[in-house]
Amino acid sequence: MQYMLMVYANEGGFATLNKEQAEQALGAYSAYSEALKKSGAMVASDRLQPTSAATTVRVANGKTQVLNGPYAETKEQLGGYFLIEAPDLDAAIAWAARCPGSSHGAVEVRPVRAM
Amino acid sequence: MAPKGDLRAQEAAAGAVRRSYGRLIAFLSARTRDVAGAEDALSEAFAAALVDWPRQGVPQNPEAWLFATARRKAIDAARRRRTAEASSGHLRLLAEETIAMAQESASFPDERLGLMFACAHPAIEESIRAPLILQAVLGFDAATIASAFLVAPTTMGQRLSRAKAKIRLAGIPFRKPEPDEMAERLDAVLAAIYAAFTEGWSDPGGAEPSRRNLAEEAIWLGRLIVEFLPDEPEALGLLALMLYSDARRWARRDGRGEFAPLAEQDPARWDHRMIDEAETLLERASALAAIGRYQLEAALQSAHVARRRAGRVDWPAIVALYDALCGLTGSPVASINRAVALAQTQGAAAGLSALDAVADDPRLQQYQPYWAARADLLARLGERAGAEGAYDRAIGLESDPAVRRFLQQRRSRL
Repeated sequence: MQYMLMVYANEGGFATLNKEQAEQALGAYSAYSEALKKSGAMVASDRLQPTSAATTVRVANGKTQVLNGPYAETKEQLGGYFLIEAPDLDAAIAWAARCPGSSHGAVEVRPVRAM
Repeated sequence: MAPKGDLRAQEAAAGAVRRSYGRLIAFLSARTRDVAGAEDALSEAFAAALVDWPRQGVPQNPEAWLFATARRKAIDAARRRRTAEASSGHLRLLAEETIAMAQESASFPDERLGLMFACAHPAIEESIRAPLILQAVLGFDAATIASAFLVAPTTMGQRLSRAKAKIRLAGIPFRKPEPDEMAERLDAVLAAIYAAFTEGWSDPGGAEPSRRNLAEEAIWLGRLIVEFLPDEPEALGLLALMLYSDARRWARRDGRGEFAPLAEQDPARWDHRMIDEAETLLERASALAAIGRYQLEAALQSAHVARRRAGRVDWPAIVALYDALCGLTGSPVASINRAVALAQTQGAAAGLSALDAVADDPRLQQYQPYWAARADLLARLGERAGAEGAYDRAIGLESDPAVRRFLQQRRSRL
């Protein structure tokens, strides 16, 4: 099965880190990505620009509404995702727990609906 | 009227489903994780048996016949499903089952433990875990589970469906938890086993064989867990509790089939070997020095049956145990029993005021033992009108005719 691990964290947090801490944080993420790849679990992964760069679009009655900002204002924001292959929810949860994001934020685990 | 052979075939089909329900569901759903689909397939297979067996005769291995037919029904259902949920994957998993089944021939592996722990998974909402085990492993219907858990039947049905969908969609595995996950998942499993036991136990006359099997099946599940987790004090406590209760099964009715409350039961009619086994289990649990709800309830049973040797009940010990139990669980049922015990040590007035303290709980308004306890205490205090009213409530809420007669007799003696 495929699961999407969505990393929610305070997007302002990274900017408050000093150089050494920032390197450590990035290092943790790249080590995690490597581990996913080496074990054959990685399908795709991306880091997202902050919600200040987000635009929300909705079409109602034939009119396109374009709103500045994310769909929902939340305390912690979606900052990236890992799309992984895992045999079951427990394996996906184990990967989510290893993700650095689950220590400084939270990781939502969603099964992918197969087409 | 159906011919005799038809009836025999019907009984054989019903018996096979009853005996093997959990094993069939667990094995049918272990790979696909589709519990609802397995339930549908099994009920279709049962319907097919009712048509087929009277004509062809009861197969030599009814369980294997039901399994093979249910699996075929599940494959048909997966083919019919036009949704995009990777039907081919589903079919492949069902085919794997067929192979596993062929390899196992007449006996197929018992996946019930894995199914129970899937139902008790932390990704399943906590309050639905025990009901889910009851339905998936023991085949309770939503209405019966709802009444055991004091929830509306429609609500229970919806919540069960949602939980089964979660197991399938989220891919919750059927497996034994790792040691570090065990404690949190065990609670839900034990709660479900105990709920199954009390449901089976609630048929004191033994009139319904299916219910008697439920209590036996719960004890069997309890033994399975103890075998798997020999050092888990609450698992030992639960098995002890169920054995203490089951030992008194036949003593709940006197020689004329009338209800006999615990205090008036004849200890000679208790199963002393079962009580001895329970005492040994409780000692094993105590040695592990981690108290819990089931050990406390087993200890309460132990204090009650101590009468078989000491000749009297140790009420102060019972009050102390209920104090601990109320502190641990906050259960209104434990509070009622504590009030009754308190009336034995400190008098009816003390018992009644303890009962008043929980009277606001809306769940108790329809709970027969609350009104029966209240009636008894009011009667002892000479408050006849209040006692009559409380007995009427208790009588109106009781479904067991023997208990109803007992309450009516008490009321008429006021």
